[in-house]
Amino acid sequence: MALLEVKHLKTYFDTLKGQYKAVDDVNFDLEYGEALGLVGESGCGKTTCALSIARLLPKEGKIYGGKILLEGTDMVQLSDDQIREKRWKDVSIVFQGAMNALNPVMKVGDQIAEAIMLHEKIKKEDALRRTERLFELVEMPADRIRNYPHEFSGGMKQRAMIAMALACNPKIIIGDEPTTALDVMVQAQILNLLEKLRRELNMGLILITHDLSILGETCDKIAVMYAGKIVEIGMVEDIFERTAHPYTKRLISCFPNISKDKVIPAGIEGIPQNMLEPQPGCSFYPRCHLATDLCKTEVPTSIEVGKKHFSACHRASEVLNGR
Amino acid sequence: MGDDIIVEVKDLKVHFETKKSLATDLFHKDKKPLKAVDGVSFQIRKGEILSLVGESGSGKTTTGKAILQLVKPTGGQVFFHGEEIKSRDKYYMKGFRQKAQMIFQDPYQSVNPRNVVLDIVAEPLDVNGLVKTEEERNERVKIALEQAGMIPAEEFYYRYPYELSGGQRQRVVIASSMIMEPDFIIADEPVSMLDASIRTGILRLMMDLRDRKQLAYLFITHDLSLAWLISDRIAIMYLGKIMEIGEADEIIHRGVHPYTKALTEIMPTPGVNNRGKKRNVLPGETPNPTERINGCKFFSRCYRAQEICKNENPDLCEVSPNHFVACHFAREL
Ligand SMILES: Nc1ncnc2c1ncn2[C@@H]1O[C@H](COP(=O)(O)OP(=O)(O)OP(=O)(O)O)[C@@H](O)[C@H]1O
Ligand SMILES: Nc1ncnc2c1ncn2[C@@H]1O[C@H](COP(=O)(O)OP(=O)(O)OP(=O)(O)O)[C@@H](O)[C@H]1O
Ligand SMILES: [Mg+2]
Ligand SMILES: [Mg+2]
Repeated sequence: MALLEVKHLKTYFDTLKGQYKAVDDVNFDLEYGEALGLVGESGCGKTTCALSIARLLPKEGKIYGGKILLEGTDMVQLSDDQIREKRWKDVSIVFQGAMNALNPVMKVGDQIAEAIMLHEKIKKEDALRRTERLFELVEMPADRIRNYPHEFSGGMKQRAMIAMALACNPKIIIGDEPTTALDVMVQAQILNLLEKLRRELNMGLILITHDLSILGETCDKIAVMYAGKIVEIGMVEDIFERTAHPYTKRLISCFPNISKDKVIPAGIEGIPQNMLEPQPGCSFYPRCHLATDLCKTEVPTSIEVGKKHFSACHRASEVLNGR
Repeated sequence: MGDDIIVEVKDLKVHFETKKSLATDLFHKDKKPLKAVDGVSFQIRKGEILSLVGESGSGKTTTGKAILQLVKPTGGQVFFHGEEIKSRDKYYMKGFRQKAQMIFQDPYQSVNPRNVVLDIVAEPLDVNGLVKTEEERNERVKIALEQAGMIPAEEFYYRYPYELSGGQRQRVVIASSMIMEPDFIIADEPVSMLDASIRTGILRLMMDLRDRKQLAYLFITHDLSLAWLISDRIAIMYLGKIMEIGEADEIIHRGVHPYTKALTEIMPTPGVNNRGKKRNVLPGETPNPTERINGCKFFSRCYRAQEICKNENPDLCEVSPNHFVACHFAREL
């Protein structure tokens, strides 16, 4: 049994303007110790996916359909009380700029200990001792738990947030742009750390980013999201070397690659579709150079183009063969 | 040859005064200077793009601002078209500010949200009182917007910033800086807020303007691969100093300075080349910029550091034509 199976997940936001189909029929699974990268343009629904899995959606967001099976239990069916019970223990999230969420007038260790005590009935003393161990896990000296946030660098704060996310031994950790605000050197340190943790603790890792270039070296699988849907998913090698969706292909070309020729990429003309008024057909159709009449009218279903490699494109096999 | 140098910076320094704490400030008066820019020199030629790359706080923005005299340099000189900038001459500065422009990172902050596109783009004209008639103003705006790829321009005249996408906003900012027909542009992280897919449009636009108008650019970024992609030369900055400067390919593929090498080694590339490899990260953290460092600024993190590095600050030395490195061991590395 997979650690996590997401099946036909639909999460919509009900707003005054109408219903945003932020996540619209998303499918993927994650094994123990596996790292999945979730990539796509701003607004495509990455964070909404993460919030659905952790059941942390704001009140205007609702899961309208699908299953989120965590070790076989459907999270969608759980009551609020059951969710509260499970949160942190099953899935925890490290957000972009999470480090700024630390309370400036409280010692970092106390903040983490309090968070632990909120979820487990243990004494402050024990919670602090656990915090020290967590700090060692994220490669910080244990005595730093007595520091205030301003005594930490940005990278150290983000480590502390990762320590907090690990506090209740979650089975899955989701990093939502966990390194976006950080310098490259610090980013590399944090990515090393996340990789080490998922290997040592056999956790599932979902790494959300708009920066495709960090996924090749960090993840096992990549899911490419576009306008609320996963348009391509596969092992890292498949995504980069046997690309089967035109959007993925264009997205990869947007990132400079120093081992290849120096060409300014074509970019992707146009803008993502308005999720309030989804058009019939493939959502990438207006921006796709391969689009045909069929693409205009019929939503492509996800087809298996290789082992565990899926593409939702009418012309997937042509793309795969180099178009 | 010499006269196609648009900008020359010589030993530029910007030191900010910092207050350590109220007590030391009151009783000891020993304010530690924060050496944001500490002896930076380079030249930019006509039609050339020089990228300034470095981590947050390394002094990139301050360097840019000091060139335009938006912050007062503590020391050093800036030459524009071979002439030292006369920062006290108001008339001179007015002309200079038209010919040298700065584009900032955040298109959401650098435009006034209550102005429509037409007024945002025309602002430099209005401020300098350069157009007399409405038609002339519209015509200049139209040309600038079209140059920035906003076509048809008229369609955007009366839109507010919130009615534009991020990429379009940045184009408006570029149009506004192009309207004075500058010959030098400092672009401070102009695309880092934008999605990769729209980024390239802005980069193409900048390159295109460079090709057509022979503009000189100082392109500020923390993204080394982006710098490699678009620039002729790259300068690597650390704690207010240039550690290495040279042709883009030279820096990326044959970098010499231990800091440059550390950066290129962890550079993410979109592919599977570095799969499973543990990233070789530098030990420790960047020292506080107020810390007094007599020797090499990179000393505390350098695997190659010796006694001399602790005490003596290395000058840039030429290791191969046009390739300069500030390291005591530059010739051995
Ligand atoms: N609370 C909300 N109310 C209404 N719409 C929302 C809300 N949160 C998100 N959305 C919409 O849902 C869509 C998906 O948003 P989401 O935050 O999941 O995108 P994302 O892929 O994480 O983007 P980014 O890369 O910018 O973080 C967007 O169109 C967004 O405007
Ligand atoms: N007005 C100011 N007063 C005091 N210190 C300043 C001022 N402006 C900048 N600094 C300091 O000078 C140093 C260099 O800042 P600068 O903004 O030039 O860095 P940067 O390389 O542009 O960084 P980033 O990538 O974060 O934009 C930093 O330590 C910063 O805190
Ligand atoms: Mg998000
Ligand atoms: Mg800056």
